[in-house]
Amino acid sequence: MTFLDYAPAPESTSILDLRQEYGLFIGGEWRPGGGTSFASVSPSTERQIATFASADEGDVDAAVAAARTAYRQTWGPMSGRDRGKYLFRIARILQERARELAVAESLDNGKPIKETRDADIPLVAQWFFHCAGWADKLDWVGLGADPQPHGVAAQVIPWNFPLLMLSWKVAPALAAGNTVVLKPAETTPLTAMLFAEICEQAGLPAGVVNLITGAGETGAALVRHPDVDKVAFTGSTAVGREIAKALAGTEKKLTLELGGKGANIVFDDAPLDQAIEGIVNGIFFNQGQVCCAGSRLLVQESIHDAVMDRLKERMSTLRLGDPLDKNTDVGAINSTEQLERITRLVDAGIAEGGEAWSPACELPKEGYWFAPTVVTGVEASSTIAREEIFGPVLSVLTFRTPDEAIAKANNTPYGLSAGIWSDKGSRVLAVADKLRAGVVWTNTFNKFDPASPFGGYKESGYGREGGRQGMQAYLKGGN
Amino acid sequence: MTTPSQALAPAQRAVQLLGGDLSEVALRQHLEGLPTVDAVGLEARAASFGTRSIKTTSKAAALDTAIRMIDLTTLQGADTRGKVRSLVAKALVPDASDPSTPRPAAVCVYGDMVGNAVEALGSAWSAGKDDGINVAAVATAFPAGRASIAVKLQDTRDAVAAGADEIDMVIDRGAFLEGNYGKVFDEIVQTKEACRRDDGTFAHLKVILETGELVTYDNVRRASWLSILAGGDFIKTSTGKVQPAATLPVTTLMLQVVRDWERLTGERIGVKPAGGISTSKDAIKYLVAVAETCGEAWLDPHLFRFGASSLLNDVLLQRQKLTTGRYSGPDYVTID
Repeated sequence: MTFLDYAPAPESTSILDLRQEYGLFIGGEWRPGGGTSFASVSPSTERQIATFASADEGDVDAAVAAARTAYRQTWGPMSGRDRGKYLFRIARILQERARELAVAESLDNGKPIKETRDADIPLVAQWFFHCAGWADKLDWVGLGADPQPHGVAAQVIPWNFPLLMLSWKVAPALAAGNTVVLKPAETTPLTAMLFAEICEQAGLPAGVVNLITGAGETGAALVRHPDVDKVAFTGSTAVGREIAKALAGTEKKLTLELGGKGANIVFDDAPLDQAIEGIVNGIFFNQGQVCCAGSRLLVQESIHDAVMDRLKERMSTLRLGDPLDKNTDVGAINSTEQLERITRLVDAGIAEGGEAWSPACELPKEGYWFAPTVVTGVEASSTIAREEIFGPVLSVLTFRTPDEAIAKANNTPYGLSAGIWSDKGSRVLAVADKLRAGVVWTNTFNKFDPASPFGGYKESGYGREGGRQGMQAYLKGGN
Repeated sequence: MTTPSQALAPAQRAVQLLGGDLSEVALRQHLEGLPTVDAVGLEARAASFGTRSIKTTSKAAALDTAIRMIDLTTLQGADTRGKVRSLVAKALVPDASDPSTPRPAAVCVYGDMVGNAVEALGSAWSAGKDDGINVAAVATAFPAGRASIAVKLQDTRDAVAAGADEIDMVIDRGAFLEGNYGKVFDEIVQTKEACRRDDGTFAHLKVILETGELVTYDNVRRASWLSILAGGDFIKTSTGKVQPAATLPVTTLMLQVVRDWERLTGERIGVKPAGGISTSKDAIKYLVAVAETCGEAWLDPHLFRFGASSLLNDVLLQRQKLTTGRYSGPDYVTID
């Protein structure tokens, strides 16, 4: 064994106390669902974790009714100061149970424990702390005189950051005075169920948070429910478009956070070693299953070869394997469907003339795995330069001048994120100003902060989450 | 152990890379053309090495590797022959309770103590063989380096004549910060020349940058590159007399420089963080940084060293704990 074959350092699952089956959390009570229960498996082993209830239309009715009642009777009339107390309490419990949540998230999603421990769960707590602080200050921070909540919010979230996306939705909604019905993704319902336990532990009044599990139909029924005032969705552009159509002409407010095809632009004066880290973090963090991933590398032609050499060398040190091992850098793909999509798109990229490269790495026999991949020789017209892959696959394009970099970066139907790597401050500001993307990182990538609004241009959606804009979205006058 | 000196005449690398023009202007243009460093990104990368979880067999191997890389050091005004004998005895028998404990790479002393160290090592002194313990001497008016070049060179020659296998020189930080790269370069070249023994071989030259006085990471990269160009066999962070001494980000950056140098020339340069590394936990973070930046080939005392005095005993305590399952305490390892 050589030094870099680090001995196994698995995080123990003994901290988890999971149930065999989970029901729906409606009106502060657990109840079975009207639909057929489904199992969630661990993507790294394909072993079943637990079964989850499937909410049918009757359950959706009940959940929305519970939220409406809580909005009228308890949460709506409650002072901002008291709402804040509950949110602070939830935030503290999230911190106290951080290790347990990190293990559960890694188990259910397939992402490395390193990420759930150091990124997902700390951010979840941070989001609740941040929003808790807003609850008693809404009158004085430029949101208008006596801003009012919408009422009942229907929220549907994706599987890539299950608990973090829950926190982005639930924390601002509750801080603003709304009650919520949230549906987690069907492949990653576990931490939402643990969050229901945390709401119970915090003594949150019944019906303020309702969590219903199920597949796409459950989500569709929820967002279309007539007694919902506000819909927030994070997920694919196709589903987002359906929701927008369904809500058109209604009074419902809508925010959508959809796909992306982020450009990571590396200029020839970039701090090279740090740019390589940023490229790796941009596309291999969470196996690239990130809507704001830097999936298109735009590298200045003069340094293309140097960047590729260094990038490949760095990729060779990435450790793929057991997500619960503390030394794992790249975990499992979330589902077999997602793995098929990644495989299909990469095959298309190769068929169109792209050259795919992956470091030598052995994929485990069980579970869903895709080796970190970089595809060079990609043109702007290539499928993998245009379509969102949502996997650990980096498409590499080159540019010659800043104008060309900007034009190529903007040449996408999406507009969620972008990165700029340059040592020259004036260039960074000038380029950032012209990029049509909701988030532009300079000399870093994939950094999140509850105080910073996040959201997209064009087909990446509308509305912002985080910061003052994120609070506005849950108050009348906002979207 | 001994370290084969690079078969290079001083300044030869610079000639190969820059051609015959070694003027101040040429040096400046070359150094200022190096890629810049983003401090936030570098520090984040260094911190990521600290999150690696090195357990069981990996930990055991790492601890032994760390011991083999230590330059066991005493650099006090109060150093005596007795103190140096005691230090050497510790190097010879790091852990009296476990004869399988590896020995450190070298003992590091002031120049006037080299003879005493050689004598105390006796047959364990490497003296050109590949097994045994080296004697390293700090030289060139260590630690400040504020003396005439004549004094610095005589300091070096004295240590080499007394048997020093390795010379740890300091660069002229004042000249560097003035932008006088040529002066820094010339002094390293001349010190390398002063490392030449009568038989034509060279004592191994470690170049101390004193990164705590260079302050910025861009300066550290330039000084590292300059030291390599001028013929240094190792680049070393600190004297240990200035705070901050070695840090993980600075060491990571220097490792990136030697990795780049190898990519460019095929030649491998060593890195030595010194000062402030006193726990096994810290040492293991550095080993992770070495392996993940330069590859495992660098986990070799020829290419990586720790300049440390108190580190050895903490590593020994951890080593004992792995064997016995119990953490004993400072009275169960010997002091030097």
